[in-house]
Amino acid sequence: MAKFFAITILVIAILSAIPIVRNTWHPMEDISTHGQAIDKQLDDTMWEAGLSFLASQTILAWFIWRFSGSRPGEKSKSFPGGATGLVAGAIILVGVEIFALGIFGVKAWGNIYFTQPGADALPVQVQAGQFAFYFRYPGPDGKFGPLHADKISEANQNFFGLDPVADPDSKDDIVTAEMAIPVNKEIRLLMHAKDVSHSFYVPALRIHQDFVPGLDLQLHFTATKIGRYEIVCSQLCGLGHYNMKAYLDVFSQQDYDDWLKKQAAMQ
Amino acid sequence: MATTVVPPKIKPRRSPEPGHPGNGGFRDLVPTHGNLPAVQDYAPVPSKSAIWVVIAAIAMSFAAFTSALVVRQGASTDWHHLTLPPILYLNTLVLLASGVTLEIARRRVAVFMGGPRTLDLNPARWLYITAFLGVVFVAGQYVAWLQLRSEGLYLATNPNSSFFYLLTAIHALHVLGGLVGLTYVLHKLHRVVLRRSTLDSFSYYWHFMGILWVYLLLLLWMKI
Amino acid sequence: MHDTSAPAAAHHGPPTTFIRKHVFSLDHKVIGKQYYDLGLAAVLIGMVLSWLMRIHLGWTNFAIPGLHLLSKTGAPGDVMTPELYLQLMTMHATFMVFFVLTVAPFAAFGNFFIPIHTGAEDMPFPHFNMMSFWTTFVAFCVMLLSFFVGDGPTLGGWTQYAPLSAVGSVAGPGQGAGVVIWATSIAIFCVGQLFGSLNFIPNILDLRCKGLSMWRLPLPTWAWFITSCMGLTSFSVLMPACVLLILDHVAGTSFFVASNLVINDQLQPHSGGSTLLWQHLFWFFGHPEVYIAIVPGMGIVSHVLITNMRKPMLSHRVLVYSFGALAVLSYMVYGHHMFVSGMNPVSSIVFSFPTLLITIPSTIIVLIWIGSLYGAKLRINSASLFALAFISLFITGGVSGFFLAQPSIQILLHATYFVVAHFHFTMAIASVFGIFSGTYFWFPKMWGRMMNETLGRVHFWCSFVGVYCIFMPMHYLGLAGNVRRYSSFPADYMSPLVGVHQFITIAALFTGAAQLIFLYNFIHSRFWGPPAPDNPWQGTSLEWSTTSPPPWDNFGGRHMVVYHDPYQYGVQSSKGDYVMQDSPEQVKTENEEP
Repeated sequence: MAKFFAITILVIAILSAIPIVRNTWHPMEDISTHGQAIDKQLDDTMWEAGLSFLASQTILAWFIWRFSGSRPGEKSKSFPGGATGLVAGAIILVGVEIFALGIFGVKAWGNIYFTQPGADALPVQVQAGQFAFYFRYPGPDGKFGPLHADKISEANQNFFGLDPVADPDSKDDIVTAEMAIPVNKEIRLLMHAKDVSHSFYVPALRIHQDFVPGLDLQLHFTATKIGRYEIVCSQLCGLGHYNMKAYLDVFSQQDYDDWLKKQAAMQ
Repeated sequence: MATTVVPPKIKPRRSPEPGHPGNGGFRDLVPTHGNLPAVQDYAPVPSKSAIWVVIAAIAMSFAAFTSALVVRQGASTDWHHLTLPPILYLNTLVLLASGVTLEIARRRVAVFMGGPRTLDLNPARWLYITAFLGVVFVAGQYVAWLQLRSEGLYLATNPNSSFFYLLTAIHALHVLGGLVGLTYVLHKLHRVVLRRSTLDSFSYYWHFMGILWVYLLLLLWMKI
Repeated sequence: MHDTSAPAAAHHGPPTTFIRKHVFSLDHKVIGKQYYDLGLAAVLIGMVLSWLMRIHLGWTNFAIPGLHLLSKTGAPGDVMTPELYLQLMTMHATFMVFFVLTVAPFAAFGNFFIPIHTGAEDMPFPHFNMMSFWTTFVAFCVMLLSFFVGDGPTLGGWTQYAPLSAVGSVAGPGQGAGVVIWATSIAIFCVGQLFGSLNFIPNILDLRCKGLSMWRLPLPTWAWFITSCMGLTSFSVLMPACVLLILDHVAGTSFFVASNLVINDQLQPHSGGSTLLWQHLFWFFGHPEVYIAIVPGMGIVSHVLITNMRKPMLSHRVLVYSFGALAVLSYMVYGHHMFVSGMNPVSSIVFSFPTLLITIPSTIIVLIWIGSLYGAKLRINSASLFALAFISLFITGGVSGFFLAQPSIQILLHATYFVVAHFHFTMAIASVFGIFSGTYFWFPKMWGRMMNETLGRVHFWCSFVGVYCIFMPMHYLGLAGNVRRYSSFPADYMSPLVGVHQFITIAALFTGAAQLIFLYNFIHSRFWGPPAPDNPWQGTSLEWSTTSPPPWDNFGGRHMVVYHDPYQYGVQSSKGDYVMQDSPEQVKTENEEP
């Protein structure tokens, strides 16, 4: 039975590794400017983790195979070097690994969070509420009008609670149910939560950020490939959480301008 | 009231007893290859460790409330300082006095056990006074809440009042728990045998309630 | 009548009435078994809930016969609604994390074996110990109550993030009374655990018998000691959080709910609260909690392995120090659950370093285990199979943690099935395998009978292969961006993954069915198993120096004296290749702990 167990461990380890090696399931193609560092981080980690996984499962299997049974005539042995070698090895090897990954990871993280958007970044506001995302563009005046929570009305399709009568800046704001951005243009995303916690997850853009009720957050990114992508909510927000999503269209500059004009006409 | 004072039955610090498992505690008195049968049994009393467990847990929970206060204050601009009801300061004196009376009781216990069994030592009386002061403290806290209510400050009025009621109420609840413990100590004193360790453990808890209150008072004074 | 010369722990004589023997027992052994039965009931509930969830995930529109009985409005035509899915998910996690993983490896085995391992007659405060079980039982009943209130249990996940958890029923079914019941149950649970810690810690520190230094304690007892220290400092943070949550519900306070929130077009009456405050408080508890779930298992598995390897671990002290390091570090890493939560991104980097660092003690533990296997004479039986599997599972779970420790990678993997895979491997499988290992190993001592070994091995094989089939594919789903806590997958990029979910569901149902083999074996053996000898595994620690099951005062009036380290195997003695801890026999090759 011991030998069978050892083989089972080995087979499971190898079978588990196959989809990884063959890249059967993998993150979507990266369409962001900052995503390369993240993908490299994932790749490096996958190598180190994968090799550690295979090595340790194999050694476990081998020792179970080799050292099971009463083996009469053989004495019990101790691992050469005892605990000291293993502890030192663990500290050094793992220490180096984590230090390296940690340091490089700071850069990958910092590309998103420790940099500021340029002055000409295109501002787009996204509001998350049970169970939809709505987007707002500032319009030709480039300014967002203030939000009034008491004016929010789904029934009247006033999702953001704008008051164009009282606030001139709101008059030209464009509210949409889908997000569109021009390719290769930096976007400054303003995030606002209407009710409970939600999250803005766009795997292709390598963007993932929770909304915090009471705290408006800001992200910036640039998309590099035209196409249609999905934004999904990844922070449990209620019964409609599974269905809370929106499309993100990355257009050419021309197509984006056309789209925005059409949306403005529908306000 | 009885005219004679019954001497309290107090057990001395644990000495080697037949049947008692010994040799626990941090200092291990027996060397690995020592002459085991010859070594005297001595064991630290578990109630001391237990009361430190309780104190640690309560301290952690008040640390959690403190961080909730700090974070909540920073989260919004709706912080409105409220003046602490002056009776709080009186209550503080009462609670600290109860710590003093408790120490008097403990000293008398120690003297009683050490030698002179004079009847006018009467440590029980000082324990009763401690209990009384404890009750006065809790009553005083209740009066403080009434004073706040009369100013229109209820639990949910604003975050300051929320934390005021919360912190003082939970502390008062633990003081009431301490009074239950004191009842147990007095019960043991009169009915059975009071172990020194029981009294000591209770004292640590009670003094902790005092120290905790001083901390909370400072926190309330600075932040609320 | 009190015998004042008797030791503190033995204030009660042998129980005489049925109530005192089996219901309100002061005997730590009975309390331990009561906890075990509670854990068993909870795991059955949690498992059935998971079957329902998995069926829905594989086949969203499938009508599960009888489902409408579970919820008044959540299963029209026996088809699960999204809200019912989330409610079942929340209850599944809550029952499993609290009433199985904290109860079984820690409260159940710990209660039974700590006084025996320390050579004591009972816990120091048997009345508090009894209260700890019954308090936990009350918490369990209160949690069950949520199935019977208006719109059912809370749906906010076992993590109950605010404001979803704090604004009340306007946010969804179960978010009113359901949340208050949840928070009340958990607060009561925390109190029960404190009563337990205040027995475990003084027992280990103060009631050790003659000759039993701290370093001579067996590894499970060290693990329980360290876990008790974690419990008393973490549960005492969860309870205040639950109090604040209840106040936000019933008293109109705004600890967690910010201003200007609008739900269903209604402006919410709260203002000024902090969304992230809940997460900080919860995860300060939550991360030590997962180590509370795993460290006892590590201790148990070490104990089982040593007995079956017939040699001690390479270093007893290194393992203990590593358990301790895990416990200490566990308080510094909690922010890794909050990397993208909106807290300061610098904090995310700060939290990631201790998280990466915690890999080191975990690796040391695994390497010590594997290194100790070298040169062993490994016996294969149900207990040792589960213990060895624990190593394999913990490696897998630990390796996935390595990804999640990095904020930049969490951008891709946060809130996906990768996380679900990680915590199921470490908690649901490794920790549960630790419970199984302890059960097969200690069943003879606890219930005085032997379990059926063949059924044990069948249970093992089905479970080991089954759990890998269930949870390994979840890593791949996570890499592909499959978000968690979804009741179904309508998003364009996720719907092609449903086939994987169906595979997982089949594996889950099969593996679940295999657990019934264990249940049958467990119950049948309790009543009709062959009587167990005192020391069926030729073990050395003190539990094997008494009868199976032990008498009411554990050692039949003997005052135990310990002469050896706990794991004297591979020596030449009158008994064979081992010498028991309480045997005065000096042996030829004494295995001193390094």
